Amino acid sequence: MSERFHDIAVIVNGVELRERVDARKTLVDFLREDLALTGSHVGCEHGVCGACSVRVDGVVVRGCLMLAVQCDGARVDTIEGVADSDEITDLQQAFIARNALQCGYCTPGMLLAAQELLAHGGVPTREQIRAHLSGNYCRCTGYQAIVDAVEAVALARTGAKP
Amino acid sequence: MKPAPFAYAKARSVAHAIELLATDDARLLAGGQSLIATLNMRLSQPALLVDINGISGLDRIALKNGGVEIGALVRHAQAERSAEIAQALPLIALALPQIGHPAIRNRGTIGGSLAFADPAAELPACVVALGGEIEIVGPHGQRTVKAEEFFKGLFETALTPREMLTAIRVPAATAASRVGFAEFARRHGDYATVGLAACAEADGKRLKNLRLAYFGVAETPVRARSAETALAEGDVEAAVGALADDLEPSDDIHASGAVKAHLAGVLLRRVARQLDQAPS
Repeated sequence: MSERFHDIAVIVNGVELRERVDARKTLVDFLREDLALTGSHVGCEHGVCGACSVRVDGVVVRGCLMLAVQCDGARVDTIEGVADSDEITDLQQAFIARNALQCGYCTPGMLLAAQELLAHGGVPTREQIRAHLSGNYCRCTGYQAIVDAVEAVALARTGAKP
Repeated sequence: MKPAPFAYAKARSVAHAIELLATDDARLLAGGQSLIATLNMRLSQPALLVDINGISGLDRIALKNGGVEIGALVRHAQAERSAEIAQALPLIALALPQIGHPAIRNRGTIGGSLAFADPAAELPACVVALGGEIEIVGPHGQRTVKAEEFFKGLFETALTPREMLTAIRVPAATAASRVGFAEFARRHGDYATVGLAACAEADGKRLKNLRLAYFGVAETPVRARSAETALAEGDVEAAVGALADDLEPSDDIHASGAVKAHLAGVLLRRVARQLDQAPS
């Protein structure tokens, strides 16, 4: 059917939802405007800044470069769901401890990107951390503290001494 | 900004996608990592988006008759993890980590980056350097186009609006294969200011069948044929000098033509060193 409005079934943060969406609505706008999940931020709206990062079927994607209608049948996890699950509590604590955020606009995307890297296991080099976070802009910190925080969590999770 | 209104349809098969593409002003949606950005900025306002993400069988990487066939819907991240690509396509394996950022690679597709044909993108140049072929399906059946004839101009390819790219085929590397890849970008993962993909075969101390494909210097990937001749003779500095005959980069928002011409030489020296080494 070539229609503008579509009914979708989507699991957001573990909750099954049925919603009617306009085809032109991006995933991040759907989450923010229709579901009031405002943890995913809208920055550049063309895939450069990473503020809108969310997980779809387990992988981090740009919420501004995917349409809500494409999420029919998918599992979407936002920073709200991931944070509530305690999956990244240590990472959040490390961000606070090391001042890895100031205004916080990039932080949800930064946490999801960092968690994706850390989920591979092991202790990535600082270069690898920087490369993995290269698609997430932060205009406050200068990145040093963010890399420190991610590195500290990688070391702590593997039981290595810093 | 937000996209202008459009209708959306999910294609069930390649044939169904071709049927849907008969609509005026219809566009294919694959990974969407370039298309949705242009929709958001209203640089593109199609009447219908035909989503091909649900079509099964287009996400395979297969070794066939000395070549590798990569389905159009293979995502960059999937290609990065592929043992077949790591082993048989070392040039593409070198290029993949430079394409966009992890979240972009999780979603962007191989077919999409070729069909979009951004002049500064890595994969079009790699496929030209490797002498690959593009598999196309349209209302009149299937056809195959050589990579060098596929890229026609700025964001312009041999694809008609009624056709769809279904796969690419690239010759697999042999023990004699040598590859090199280098790019200059302001930020890791951004489109390159200038980049170079190269492949050749070792022939004693020399290189034969050397192909140098630059990107970010013209409207399409460009073969540097004079530099290829000089470098195959083993003279790196003569090859760098010969680039003046091969490339005429124009100014863009990233750099002036003169800077790009200089960087092209810098990258050639780096790639020449890589080409001297057997893959590990």
